[in-house]
Amino acid sequence: MNRSDTVNAWFDRAWRGLLLGLMTLFVVNIAFMIAAVATSSFAKRWLGTWLPEGWTTTWYTAAWKEFQLDSVLLVTVQVVFAVVALALLIGVPAAYTLARREFPGKRMLMLLFLLPLMVPPITYGIPLATVLYKLQLAGTIYGVILANLIPAAPFVILVMTPFIEQIDPNLESAARVFGAGTGRMFWHILVPLLGPGILAASLLVLVRTIALFELTFLTAGPDSQTLVVALYYAVFAAGVRAPQSVDAMAMVYMLVTLAWLLIALRFVNPTQLVSRVKEHPQPAA
Amino acid sequence: MTTSNDSAPRAAFDPALLLVVPAAAFMLLVFVYPFLNGLVDSFQPKEGGWLSNYAHFFTTDNLWPTIWTTLKLALPATLINVGFALPIAYKMRVKSRYQRWVTTILVVPITLGTVLIAEGMLTYFGPRGWLAQFLQFFHIYNGSIRLTHNYTGVLISLVISGFPFAFLLILSYITGIDPVLARAASTLGADPKSQFRHIYLPLLAPGLAMCFCLAFVQAFSVFPSAVLLGSPAGPTRVISIAAYEAAFEQYDYSLASAIAMIMGFVQLIIVAAVLGLRNVFYRGPVSGGKG
Repeated sequence: MNRSDTVNAWFDRAWRGLLLGLMTLFVVNIAFMIAAVATSSFAKRWLGTWLPEGWTTTWYTAAWKEFQLDSVLLVTVQVVFAVVALALLIGVPAAYTLARREFPGKRMLMLLFLLPLMVPPITYGIPLATVLYKLQLAGTIYGVILANLIPAAPFVILVMTPFIEQIDPNLESAARVFGAGTGRMFWHILVPLLGPGILAASLLVLVRTIALFELTFLTAGPDSQTLVVALYYAVFAAGVRAPQSVDAMAMVYMLVTLAWLLIALRFVNPTQLVSRVKEHPQPAA
Repeated sequence: MTTSNDSAPRAAFDPALLLVVPAAAFMLLVFVYPFLNGLVDSFQPKEGGWLSNYAHFFTTDNLWPTIWTTLKLALPATLINVGFALPIAYKMRVKSRYQRWVTTILVVPITLGTVLIAEGMLTYFGPRGWLAQFLQFFHIYNGSIRLTHNYTGVLISLVISGFPFAFLLILSYITGIDPVLARAASTLGADPKSQFRHIYLPLLAPGLAMCFCLAFVQAFSVFPSAVLLGSPAGPTRVISIAAYEAAFEQYDYSLASAIAMIMGFVQLIIVAAVLGLRNVFYRGPVSGGKG
């Protein structure tokens, strides 16, 4: 081999090493970050040493009472499931039409659905909060659900459209030949075939909604806070409370989201999010 | 199922179009209407002429610099996220034993959310946290370590929360590209580097631009970490903090709407610039390939 080849090979190895190193640094630091929160949440007293002086679980009961976690969790569950259900209800039919039909104004419509994902949540969150205050919906759980639907519904459309595009339209034609109308065709042909896609979309919306902070923060009242917002206020007023009880609450939050993410990853290959994968080239027939 | 009568395609009107109506109506009602409402509101200030909110924003010392503060955080964060996500995702495009594990591990931080990351960083990166102890114990760095309550802290938190998202998005775009194309290129003698430059990169350009925009939105609207991890009165006083203060501390919804509109406008300029750049980028290799 000539000289430039060896230089190239060396460069290649260095590059690969650099990427691997950065990836490891990233993952290790995050792992330790989570471990630090976990350690702190079980710590009796922990000031500038490697490990705390003693262990206790009292912070969890303290956090549960102090932050009224039972009602916060109840609100979170209600908001999240309402958002998922409503987003699917209006998103999936819209995704179907966008995937299958050409019609005037389609590009405008796509823009309308893309815009909420392209505009910072605070930009539309503040005007939305103003309108909700006028309608006396701000501070209620309905206002929070409405606000969270704004990014959720377009997200469902964005994820579902490629799923629908890859279903053979001949199946629909066949159903129509046998006399099924749009409604029956939808329930008996599309919904079963779209099962995996719908599951993927709903789990992703669920995980996103649990973690979405800004819109809930702007529209929630004292008794319509979700877990993220409650956690924010706890960290924000950290001086008032023991840091361990805030950390205990953070652990509760993390376990809730992590559980759902693991369920999601059981069903969804993370690489299949935006477009369907062609894993293997088609063998020659 | 009343629509079953319409199964013959004789009617000029396609009933399937009705399916898009609920979603469109919802977006118009809950997204477009409040947005326009806010736009009109921003021109109806509490006092002064119709432009006085905007005049106030651009002449007040703790308001207009927030644009630069935000851009100084959001642009580097987005560049880091997309810049590292691209090569790592490119390496992960081939299906292997590790692919699923590595992607899963890299994706987990998405669920942490900005608030939890802020709390974790305060504990771990703080002046008495494990990282500082580790660095001092092994004498890697002995000065005082200040990674929280400043610019660096917010930037790190934006990378932690933004990188997994950028990675996931780019990975799904890359795996959507038919590997047959790269194979064909390699039978024609293209080495991996030029396969990437001339096959993958041009095909990725639209996805990459999209990913940049979405990653930028997240970084640009940074709020919780700028408050919790930064110094919200000083170097990380981002524009969303200014908007929030106007709305919920001064109760001046008109000014808050004006700041929100300015925020949206800056965001649109960046998106337009990225999409314009994509067009330059996308056409380049096609005409250059003939040379």
